[in-house]
Amino acid sequence: MLKEIGIVDKVNGPVVNAVKVHSVEMMELVEIGDEHLIGEIIELNEDRATIQVYESTTGLKPGSSIRGTGAPLSVELGPGLIGNIYDGIQRPLRQLFEHTGNFITKGIKLFPLNEEKLWHFIPQVRKGDYVSPGSIIGNVSETPLFEHRILMPPQIEGEIESIQKEAEYTVKEPIARVKTPMGIREITMAQHWPVRYARPFLRRLIPDEPLITGQRVIDTFFPMAKGGTAAIPGGFGTGKTITQHQLSKWCDADIIVYIGCGERGNEMTGVLMDFPKLMDIKRGRPLMERTILIANTSDMPLSAREASIYTGITIAEYYRDMGYDVALMADSTSRWAEALREISGRLEEMPVEEGFPAYLASRLAKFYERAGRVHTLCEKTGSVSAICAVSPPGGDFSEPVTQHTKRFVRCFWGLNKELASARYFPAIHYMDSYSEYLGLVQNWWAEKIDSEWKVVRDEAMEVLREDFKLQRIIKLIGEDALPDNQRLVLAEAELLKNAFLQQNAFDSVDMYSVPQKQFLMLKVIIYFYYRSKYIIKDNIPLCRILQLPVLNEINRMKEKISNTECEQFEHLLKAIDIQMNELQKESMVIL
Amino acid sequence: MNGLLGKEYIGISKVAGPLLFIENISGVGFDEIVEIRTQNRPVRHGRVLMVSRSSALIEVFEGTGGLTIHATHVRFLGRPLQIPVSLDMLGRQFNGLGMPIDGGPLPIYREKRDINGAPINPIVREYPEDFIQTGISSIDCMNTLVRGQKLPIFSGSGLPHNELAAQIVRQAQVSNQNKNFAIVFAAMGIKNDVAYMFRQSFEESGVFSRVVMFLNLADDPSIERLVTPRAALTMAEYLAFDQGMHVLVILTDMTNYCEALREVSSSKGEIPSRKGYPGYLYSDLASIYERAGKIKGCGGSITQIPILTMPNDDITHPIPDLTGFITEGQIVLDRGLVKKGIYPPINVLPCLSRLMNDGIGANKTREDHAHISNQLYAAYSYVKKVATLASIIGENELSERDKKYLQFGKVFEKHFICQDYNENRSIEETLNLAWKIAAILPREELIRVTEKQIEHYYPKIEEKNSLCPID
Repeated sequence: MLKEIGIVDKVNGPVVNAVKVHSVEMMELVEIGDEHLIGEIIELNEDRATIQVYESTTGLKPGSSIRGTGAPLSVELGPGLIGNIYDGIQRPLRQLFEHTGNFITKGIKLFPLNEEKLWHFIPQVRKGDYVSPGSIIGNVSETPLFEHRILMPPQIEGEIESIQKEAEYTVKEPIARVKTPMGIREITMAQHWPVRYARPFLRRLIPDEPLITGQRVIDTFFPMAKGGTAAIPGGFGTGKTITQHQLSKWCDADIIVYIGCGERGNEMTGVLMDFPKLMDIKRGRPLMERTILIANTSDMPLSAREASIYTGITIAEYYRDMGYDVALMADSTSRWAEALREISGRLEEMPVEEGFPAYLASRLAKFYERAGRVHTLCEKTGSVSAICAVSPPGGDFSEPVTQHTKRFVRCFWGLNKELASARYFPAIHYMDSYSEYLGLVQNWWAEKIDSEWKVVRDEAMEVLREDFKLQRIIKLIGEDALPDNQRLVLAEAELLKNAFLQQNAFDSVDMYSVPQKQFLMLKVIIYFYYRSKYIIKDNIPLCRILQLPVLNEINRMKEKISNTECEQFEHLLKAIDIQMNELQKESMVIL
Repeated sequence: MNGLLGKEYIGISKVAGPLLFIENISGVGFDEIVEIRTQNRPVRHGRVLMVSRSSALIEVFEGTGGLTIHATHVRFLGRPLQIPVSLDMLGRQFNGLGMPIDGGPLPIYREKRDINGAPINPIVREYPEDFIQTGISSIDCMNTLVRGQKLPIFSGSGLPHNELAAQIVRQAQVSNQNKNFAIVFAAMGIKNDVAYMFRQSFEESGVFSRVVMFLNLADDPSIERLVTPRAALTMAEYLAFDQGMHVLVILTDMTNYCEALREVSSSKGEIPSRKGYPGYLYSDLASIYERAGKIKGCGGSITQIPILTMPNDDITHPIPDLTGFITEGQIVLDRGLVKKGIYPPINVLPCLSRLMNDGIGANKTREDHAHISNQLYAAYSYVKKVATLASIIGENELSERDKKYLQFGKVFEKHFICQDYNENRSIEETLNLAWKIAAILPREELIRVTEKQIEHYYPKIEEKNSLCPID
């Protein structure tokens, strides 16, 4: 039985004030009233306390008892997380359905992992081995191709006294006994960790390996690194969610943690429906076998929304500690910030910009700093990459959440309303966006793909920049007033936008491009530009160049040439040569 | 009926705006419902907004006029606000709190439900992907409505959003093969004649016996509006998930709802965020809009069409903005199109239907649907660019290509977007028309459609000419 630590004095939405409070810690998890609502202590003042409640407080009466659990808000970590869907405080939604039916009711406590499932455990240590927190003591196949490494829980260090032999165990059965200075400790496959604290590692590494997403505008123009941080801000309807879905489908991480933080229920359903059907490119297994979903939709209680991103990143860190690359998607951090604002308002704290509390920036910073590429305690390399959507009100990037986020992320993919309304997707604006990882990942591209990558990419960027400048002039005087060499820049930029930057998430060929294909596509487009630039000097009119049949082929190459047929780009390059040469010859004759 | 339930107190401490403050009470729960009685006045209702061991703050739905400090009776009913739900309620009219106002008796019911509902577990949701034909080209082709979707209409004062909503209701039901449908209509602060117009439209199309109306009109107490959409959605959930019906919910006008929320928030002295609206406006709206969708095994669905008028036609105003972040797309009406005499004045560029991609394509509408729709979008957005340029340098100075685009734009607005209030176009007609209009542009410009589709659908020259004499 839990011990009473105080009684309810006042209820104000998700904030409850308690009196006669004793023997309770700051941030401790508590249970309130007859309905066993779950809450967290967020303020202590002598014998008074303020509690943030993770469930609806409808019907809660002053005078109800509050019981302490003796631990802060924690998550349960162990095999069985993958493929699961949890709410913001790690209650498994599938099991919740069995208990409460179609609608989520209050006061249900469930163990997050399947307690009955047997896992085939293979020990990796022997009796007498010395183990410390984070060391690998065994393996379990969590999904057919995913090896879950069983780590020593935190704070336990010592000599293995006994270890179970290879067999099937549940997450609650002890698999080892460790002799520690404080006595013998039994180890199970599950461990818990308080969500608001970062899990430890040995040291940070430079994020110099790109996170390949298969999305051309990202990989080629604004690359993300494994262990990096990125923000996707955009007003409604600009494609934040689709972009995040694309990234969770195709990026080359080992594990995806997808947090639906205060967003639509149907979006989570969409993920639940799509992911089991789609295949992971790396492993050839259903995507669901590498995905963990945290769903705290906008109609679910608000304070659990605040907790959901911590729950998500703690799970991500756990898999990182096994030596995996984890990508965390949070959609959207603005909803998280709003939850923070509402609770702060109810606590009557002094607001700063737009009602947000003054600690918004430091909370954001703390969250983003939990991402990174690290050398883990078990001497492996792992990473957590955080990719977070931001929903600025009115699509205005100058609002506080976007501005503060910008300070702590190094990759910024700004979504643009105008592009979206022209159905130009992904609507990542090539002028507003940036990536600070460009310099770090260019060696990877040079070694693995082509040494010319940087040159070609920079040339393309230059064309886009020039085009952006010219567009302003066109608005005033029209395109026809420009000389042919400038109009060529416009045509080339148009080609880049249509044939390269735009990518159809619903086309079976176009939705994902391997790095090799991305590079070759860009090379074809830039080669076309070089050749045109050259022959335009011979007074060949631009309109003739734009009538070349090869142009149509370039425009459609993204859908026509699949990832495995990269040699076809050679034909395109040749076709450009042949057609340009002919054009040149023709005009020589006329001259 | 429930006169004997709960504890009653006489005398209150403070009344301010819609709020009432009472002291020396005990055993009151958060969010509980209260009945308030004063001499010679009908019973009023209220809800507990904040409660401590000895006092409570109550919002009064029907307004606080006439309350006195000493003679007011406050009865705490010990439960949150509930409304009865039953099939008997079809064809009836209720006020914003769920009480009958059509002169009929209280409906017979077996159960009452908490109007706040409960969040739907995301794992039991069924992804909406059944196409609803509204017979309106700019919706069916460009922003397809799907069963179980929440698709608001963003409008402005004086724009024909009500006509559009009525047309959608009428035409969507006409093509409904399965007669198992219902309409739930919630009015928040709209004018009497608008409510009458809807009623008439339901009667004319012979569906009134399948409509439940919850009316809080412009002259009704404004705080009651906070309950109206929730009461309506509780009813809709019963019809959809207990009775397996396809329910279309019209919520109009959400702007009035938000104003009422702001009024209560400011009386409570809460810290305002944008434009004085409370910081929880998003969560509050989400608790309404998220009550749409389909549940596995329940057969029915709730499709929501909330209507809101954008103050000063500003789409970045907090109400449309936050709505757009929650709903699955939006239909935006435009004053400029009204001035051109175009009905429905749907400005397709800022419109969106997020569930469209799953509701269209082969076997649902037609295999070329997504492509041709994209093509029209791309072309029409270019038209807007050309039009700006033309207004500076003059139409005659445009290149041939740009002139073609301008022509396309005009035909598109006049013959595709524009249609009659009673015109019901099938999806096949709409898509063929889309191709006909796209064909005004030269073939090489159509890069969003595949070559195969061009072979198949690009109209022959003689067909093309049939549309061109316009202008």
